[in-house]
Amino acid sequence: MKWFKKNKKKTPGNGKPATRGLLIYPDTGSVMQVEQILKEEGYDIKVVSPPPKYRTGCDLSVEYPLVEELGIRRLLDTIGLSPLEVIRISSDNLEPLKLVRVKDFGRYLMVRAANMKITVDKESLVIVNISGGGCPDVPYLAREMVGKPIGQAPDPIKIGFSLCAYSLGTAREELLRIMGEKNASSGRHDS
Amino acid sequence: MLLLAGTIPDRDLPLLAGKAQLTERGITIDGRSVDIDRGTAAMISVVCHITLAMGLEAPYAVVAGDIGSREGSVKIYEFLAKNLPDLGPDAVTIHYIMPDIAWNKKVLASIDSMEHPPVLLADAGGMYVAKAGGDAHRYQLFTPDLGEAAFLADEKAAHPTYTRGFIFHMEEDVPELVKKAYRFKNAATTMFIKGKTDYVCRDGDIIERIDSPNIETLEPVGGTGDMVTGTISAMVQAGRDHVDACGIAGRVNRVAGELANPTPATQVSEIIGHIPAALEKVLNGRL
Repeated sequence: MKWFKKNKKKTPGNGKPATRGLLIYPDTGSVMQVEQILKEEGYDIKVVSPPPKYRTGCDLSVEYPLVEELGIRRLLDTIGLSPLEVIRISSDNLEPLKLVRVKDFGRYLMVRAANMKITVDKESLVIVNISGGGCPDVPYLAREMVGKPIGQAPDPIKIGFSLCAYSLGTAREELLRIMGEKNASSGRHDS
Repeated sequence: MLLLAGTIPDRDLPLLAGKAQLTERGITIDGRSVDIDRGTAAMISVVCHITLAMGLEAPYAVVAGDIGSREGSVKIYEFLAKNLPDLGPDAVTIHYIMPDIAWNKKVLASIDSMEHPPVLLADAGGMYVAKAGGDAHRYQLFTPDLGEAAFLADEKAAHPTYTRGFIFHMEEDVPELVKKAYRFKNAATTMFIKGKTDYVCRDGDIIERIDSPNIETLEPVGGTGDMVTGTISAMVQAGRDHVDACGIAGRVNRVAGELANPTPATQVSEIIGHIPAALEKVLNGRL
């Protein structure tokens, strides 16, 4: 979704900003929504672990370039996603793991990101299993996604709330990329 | 009494606290039906199968509906903090739950007030919050998979999603992960690490490796970890030494998988029914 027309923004120093800020939210679901919206708007943001005093054990915050603060806050206020708190920082925080592992079971392909695994039937592209994780939305996400073609199943980033959902989203993205490449190389095109 | 706590992915399910019983289609908790497709309910179902087969007391379950918005999780933490001393369980297993360090510390404080504190087991969110809060060493049993073992080994990660890349790449070296997890006090006294080879550890030492039967297609099946946690919990309830409980659970899980002959598309409910036969086979083989 495009909230305001805006060109891709780059922070001074080609992605090596001297000063960044953190948007703190009460829950991971809000962070995931904000991440998606700000990225679509072209902001140079990333999702990071909040400072220890703000941690509950399953949380994220959004790191953004301070130079963009006014525009970002105005946008978030407009769409009802104002942060609980805004913090200024000067050093990098821990970032969510984006590494994945892929395992081929012949007819099935499994991708794991951090603690989350998603497995798809390579012929039908139907998600056959979701495994791992520990947050309460994992069994819910499994219920919503298993049995559906990966292109039609809901995106865990959009309907999930937790860091496990975030990792599942990472695994799903990789699976979509691999299956897209496989289908392109075999000449298959899904509408 | 064995108390099993965790969330159920049903936003309308209120807090339920009471005996769990097997039914033809699943389980009931405090008289109410709950689906067992995966997660906390799958674990409870496994415990019910085993306690029934072994003639043990049925477990006491504390569950609440939560699809990630944390309300159900808070109800569970609150119930445990308030009621654990009166309930006086021998063992408590905390499973799927939204990690909340402050609430978990209230539960631990409540346990501290008990004259006979229970054996404390954790998996999933219950294990994440224990580690994130610096309380892992207070637990007697954890059941991580490889990704979670890497998380426990990373002293800086507050959740598996934050595990640093170089530790994520160390998963082939489980002994090193074990060493790191124990060195930084981010491990329970005994741990069962689930993988192609299962590792049973105590106080930083690897006591046992289990690698047969090797059912590779179990890995993608969501809920097989819940089976392990449930089997270990039931074995603890049966009075088994914790390392022994882990050894039995690792074998039961694999034999149940073998009996189910799974594909990566198999659902855990198709495997759970084989638990009693697998348990009998494993216990008879060991005795």
